[in-house]
Amino acid sequence: MRAIVTVIGRDTVGIIASVCAILAKCGVNVLDISQTVMREYFTMIMLVDTAGCSVDFAELSGLLRREGEARGLDIRIQREDIFEAMHRI
Amino acid sequence: MITTNEILDTIEMISQQHLDIRTITMGISLRDCGREDLRECCGRIYDKITKSAENLVRVGEDIEREFGIPIVNKRISVTPIAIACECCDTESFVPFAETLDRAAKEVGVNFIGGFSALVQKGFTAGDRRLIDSIPEALRATERVCSSVNVASTRAGINMDAVALMGRIIKRTADLTDGQGCAKLVVFANAVEDNPFMAGAFHGVGEPERVINVGVSGPGVVHSALQKVKGQPFDVVAETIKKTAFRVTRMGELVAQEASRRLGAPFGIVDLSLAPTPAVGDSVADILEEMGLESVGAPGTTAALALLNDAVKKGGVMASSNVGGLSGAFIPVSEDAGMIRAAAAGRLTIEKLEAMTCVCSVGLDMIALPGDTDEATIAAIIADESAIGMINQKTTAVRVIPVPGKGVGDRVDFGGLLGSAPIMPVNRCSAREFVARGGRIPAPINSLKN
Repeated sequence: MRAIVTVIGRDTVGIIASVCAILAKCGVNVLDISQTVMREYFTMIMLVDTAGCSVDFAELSGLLRREGEARGLDIRIQREDIFEAMHRI
Repeated sequence: MITTNEILDTIEMISQQHLDIRTITMGISLRDCGREDLRECCGRIYDKITKSAENLVRVGEDIEREFGIPIVNKRISVTPIAIACECCDTESFVPFAETLDRAAKEVGVNFIGGFSALVQKGFTAGDRRLIDSIPEALRATERVCSSVNVASTRAGINMDAVALMGRIIKRTADLTDGQGCAKLVVFANAVEDNPFMAGAFHGVGEPERVINVGVSGPGVVHSALQKVKGQPFDVVAETIKKTAFRVTRMGELVAQEASRRLGAPFGIVDLSLAPTPAVGDSVADILEEMGLESVGAPGTTAALALLNDAVKKGGVMASSNVGGLSGAFIPVSEDAGMIRAAAAGRLTIEKLEAMTCVCSVGLDMIALPGDTDEATIAAIIADESAIGMINQKTTAVRVIPVPGKGVGDRVDFGGLLGSAPIMPVNRCSAREFVARGGRIPAPINSLKN
């Protein structure tokens, strides 16, 4: 299953490293990554594959959210389908 | 690949504009549960609901986490109890309401709809017993919602039922300090696949089980309109349509997923702009964004007509199974902008009645003075039913005569039901009008001027 990880908030050192560390520990493969400053916020978007994920989706989502809270960032993981449904006919 | 902007748009809709799935509602047929023996009948109802919906809440929560979209409510609708339990040998239908309440608590849903009767053309013995039981049923339960259909375009208006519902609403208010009336809807042209409470029931033409999903998002529409300030109405309509399209697509995705995981067929997506008392989640704000100083001002009905129609057009483009009530709700107590306008005297019941000619339902969550008499409430129901009957649309009345309160007071219903100022009602009597009883005949369907 493919999912989108989004990280939004103030830029600090080590954001990518910490998110990637969590993903790697859970066996999630990063397929694509983009990073930019948009609408005054640091924004990182990752396309990931959770097929080999060693924990369930809820736990992975919780790990990322808590990492975000610790760093003052909004970190979400959502299935890719929802974006496809809303923005593609 | 989806672009960064598109991803951020979606996240902004969810995190800042209150986009959510308002409800996943499982419809469950109880047509096979009727038994003469009361205890046996209640047992079958309880078992069927708790078995059919045992995974509903868990599946809803799983989907919520995976898609990152809030699913605010998980609910159940059942076959109108007047039909399902008609054969049962009991005078009071309250035990059925208590059974529904227990089943709802067991599976963890916050509302269960279907303590209902369809009496647009007349009453059966079961219909009468159910309606007589409504006040006590709403006093004795927490999660049960009740509805009665008193009129339709094909049958006309059952004025005996209209008069009776005036009395039932008053009695419910007296027994529950008004709170029970928030869970009681009187319909004309009720739909069989509505997932929204308090008017949801599982129609007799529906399958054994079904998943209906209600999506909302007034905040998303408001935000989209802020970007087209001052532009002509063609642009406004187009913007609303595009937004409604996206929201409905999301709803359909969630509905299909829920249907697959629960092993119940997908019924419909109901795209209704359903406000909540939260700031930024208001239908009134959308109407004001179109250029009105306040909702209730001249122009409000036209603005609402455009909104309601554009929402439907966007919705039907996005899904082949749009149904339910789809459009814009205008509940007063559940909409911060409506509350503001009502409290300031800018929005009156008469203007709300005009708005119900073009919105998706009717007079909704309106608090009335406690001394409003039953004939006045019945006459309000008759007016609203006439609008529905003639215009071939669903209309409804959910009003709360709050005991001991008068115009200028405020009443709090808690949670999504919000709070409302008591609104003034025309005090001229309709007693003799309502006392006539009988039926207002079904309207002609040609010569349409």
